[in-house]
Amino acid sequence: MQHSNARMVQGPPPATHVHISITSSEYAVRDALSRLLDALQPLMLDVEETGTIELVLAEAMNNIVEHAYPPGDRPGPITLTCTPEAGGLRFLIKDTGRPMPNGVTPIGLPVDLSVDFNELPEGGFGWFLIQDLARDVVYHRVDDANQLTFRLCLAG
Amino acid sequence: MELRSQQDGTVQIVSVHNARIDAAVAIEFKDAMRQATESGSPTVILDLSEVDFIDSSGLGAIVASMKHMGQDRSLVLAGLTPTVDKVFRLTRMDSVFGVFPTLQTALDAHAA
Repeated sequence: MQHSNARMVQGPPPATHVHISITSSEYAVRDALSRLLDALQPLMLDVEETGTIELVLAEAMNNIVEHAYPPGDRPGPITLTCTPEAGGLRFLIKDTGRPMPNGVTPIGLPVDLSVDFNELPEGGFGWFLIQDLARDVVYHRVDDANQLTFRLCLAG
Repeated sequence: MELRSQQDGTVQIVSVHNARIDAAVAIEFKDAMRQATESGSPTVILDLSEVDFIDSSGLGAIVASMKHMGQDRSLVLAGLTPTVDKVFRLTRMDSVFGVFPTLQTALDAHAA
C-alpha cells in the first residue's frame, strides 16, 4: 500500500504517445508546438520545462522549414513523435526534405560575442540551443527521409 | 506584430503586444522595430513583458534591431518572462543588452 502511494507521488502520470503531422511552414510549426504542449498537459510540467520543450522543438522544426524545405522547394511533411520514458521525453522528428549537409548535425557551438558591434551575430543560435538543452541528439538519413532523435530530461 | 511606442523624456518605450516573437513573425518584428525607432531617441526600452516565447529567429531580429539603431544609441530590454530570459541567458546575449526585470527598473536606471 505504502509502496504504491510512493510511486504515485514520485512519477508523473504517463502521457500518451503523441504524434503530430504538419506540412512545413513557420505557422504550421507554431500549431504543432501548441498541440504538443496541450498533449503534455497531464504531465503537469513547470514553466521551465515547457519552455525548454517548446524552444528545442521550435528550433528543430524551424530548421527543417528553413533548410530541408527551403523557399523554392515544395513544402513537405514534418512528423513529430513524443514518447514518455524514464526521466523525460524522447522525440523523433521526420521529414522528407533535403538532407543535412555532410550527413551530420551542426556541432552547435556558442556564438562568438567578442566581436565588433556591427558583427554581432543575428543567427546561428538554433543548433547551440538544441545541443545545449537536449541529450543524445542523433541524425540519420533513412530512405530519402531525415530522422532526428533526442531526449529532454524532466525533473519529477 | 503590434508594437506600441511612448516617449518618457529622452527615453522611448516600445512595448510588444504579441505573445510570440518567433520565426513566423521575425521579419515583421524587425520591420516594425525599424519604423518604431526611427525618431532617434538615444535610449529605447523594449518592453517584453507580454512576450511568452522567443526562438532564435526572434532573438536574431532583436539583435538586428539594435544594430540598425547604431552603436551611439542603446536598446535596453525589460520584463523578460521565464522562457525569453532563458534564451538570452543561454546564448549569453544578456551580456550584449542591458536587461531589466521590469519596465519600471529599466526606467529608473535610465531616467534623465
